[in-house]
Amino acid sequence: MRTFNAIFIIAYRDVLKLFRDKRRLFSGLIFPIASIAILGSSLDANLSQTVGFNFLVFVYLGVMVQNMFSSTASGIAWLIEDRQNDFSQSFFVAPISRYAIIFGKILGESIVSYTQILGLLAIGYILNIPLDLNKLLLLLPILFLICFFGGAFGVLIMANFMDKRSIDQVFPFFIFPQFFLSGVFTPMKNLPDYLTVLSRITPLFYAVDFVRGIYFYGKPEYSEVVIYSPLTNLIVMTVMFFAFIIIGTYIFVKSEKER
Amino acid sequence: MKDIIVVDNLIKKYKTAETNAVDGVSFKVEEGEFFSMLGPNGAGKTTTLSILNTTLNPTSGKVRISGFDAINNASKIREKIGVIFQSPSLDVNMTAEENIRFHSVLYGYIPFSYRYKSLPKKYQLRVEELASLMDLTSELHKPLKEFSGGMKRKLEIIIGLIHNPKILFLDEPTIGLDPLTRKNLWDYLLQVKKKGDTTIFLTTHYIEEAENSDHVMIINKGKVVSFGTPEELKEDLIEEFIVISSMNNEFLRQELISAKLKFEGDGPFKVYIKEKDLQTLFQKLKSKLSLIQVHNPTLEQVYLKIIGDAKHENL
Repeated sequence: MRTFNAIFIIAYRDVLKLFRDKRRLFSGLIFPIASIAILGSSLDANLSQTVGFNFLVFVYLGVMVQNMFSSTASGIAWLIEDRQNDFSQSFFVAPISRYAIIFGKILGESIVSYTQILGLLAIGYILNIPLDLNKLLLLLPILFLICFFGGAFGVLIMANFMDKRSIDQVFPFFIFPQFFLSGVFTPMKNLPDYLTVLSRITPLFYAVDFVRGIYFYGKPEYSEVVIYSPLTNLIVMTVMFFAFIIIGTYIFVKSEKER
Repeated sequence: MKDIIVVDNLIKKYKTAETNAVDGVSFKVEEGEFFSMLGPNGAGKTTTLSILNTTLNPTSGKVRISGFDAINNASKIREKIGVIFQSPSLDVNMTAEENIRFHSVLYGYIPFSYRYKSLPKKYQLRVEELASLMDLTSELHKPLKEFSGGMKRKLEIIIGLIHNPKILFLDEPTIGLDPLTRKNLWDYLLQVKKKGDTTIFLTTHYIEEAENSDHVMIINKGKVVSFGTPEELKEDLIEEFIVISSMNNEFLRQELISAKLKFEGDGPFKVYIKEKDLQTLFQKLKSKLSLIQVHNPTLEQVYLKIIGDAKHENL
């Protein structure tokens, strides 16, 4: 029970921080809206007829997933700041599992990222994205799991850095290529071999394909949009999630204790 | 009393350092003891403390706390300890009470709740008791952004004490505290110690804070340079002497020679004698003394002498 309490209080701290930082809350809502409204609409106007399916929906789902994933992943880097300003001392000296610290942080940052869903749903409504209640109720918990997946990826990256400045500089190199290799904005079928390989080792690729698979399931354009079945994507993401968490936590704790 | 902390040949070399920060340190601390570790900056105090509180792995050596190995049973050790860190480990985005709550939940002292009023009464009473002790009652629910350095220090102390730890590690706890709060803290800690169930492990620069210790260990450049009770250190390491003079210093000199005492000077005389032997000396002397000065060393003088000697040896 102590472990769960510890996870909740670590997560609660992140949520408190978000609601006390109005600028962060505001920018978290605006950025995804701007991505879809500007980029999505522009791509839709140019590509919809060529690809043969509703391209705005395609981009909308991609941006939703990308936001949940990357926002949680980058939020995990705050653990490094905690280490720099000595706050992490109180984590490390507490009688809780190191995994509880990491899970608490992922849960907190996932909730923080999830607040962006409000802005995303609002822009979806404005852009007339077809989303019935059943699909919405299915997608909402899935998007929360995507946040967790992004958090696990963030742990793996964060564990290898000792200061926030370095990670802020390097993090975009791990995130931005994934936007393009995962098919957030463009279809990933019929790629050159090297790009196919690169896309298949991109964690975000499976998250984007998974959510599109759920959304387009049973629709005629399913086979054109989706690459792997939702089950395959789910299995790959589960394996990656545990690998990221286990390896990331191990490196993080080792670098903390074996200075 | 059984040994609650056992350290054997502890060595720590940081990856980027050329020399050992802690270099073969061994000592024991009994349960319920008040143990002080003194040393100048860079002596290895905080490194030793970090290994004892399981946040840092040693390069070699053995550390057992409450019977548990510091590397293999770290979580068992963490259940028994409280730490007041040298550098503040607070979140300025939270209120003082939220910081205390965060720590208390991590230690399993209370379950998680986002509302203070829903938390157990024992927690609320304990928070109020410690806040009153640290004169922080009216600031408990204010954000830390409004806190001064001294107020943050007080909060750190409350956090370290909140869950009644069996072993309390204090790393320079009173830096930045006003004299009244320092006194209140020490009165409280000595009261806790009197109950006999809390072991206090202190590192400090304030020598007078170590005067109440059961044992004092002085380290310098990662090595133990002295160990004992404050009285033993004073007795063994500092010259005890008196300065005396009389109207007839030549006669006094003869008397000192007859008494086979070691002394210096032509009058006044610096006579090397233990405080306990003074009565016997004065009974023997027939000279009418015009000056008596008793040199009674403080622990600070002991410390300065030891550190001074160690520096001299290294030159």
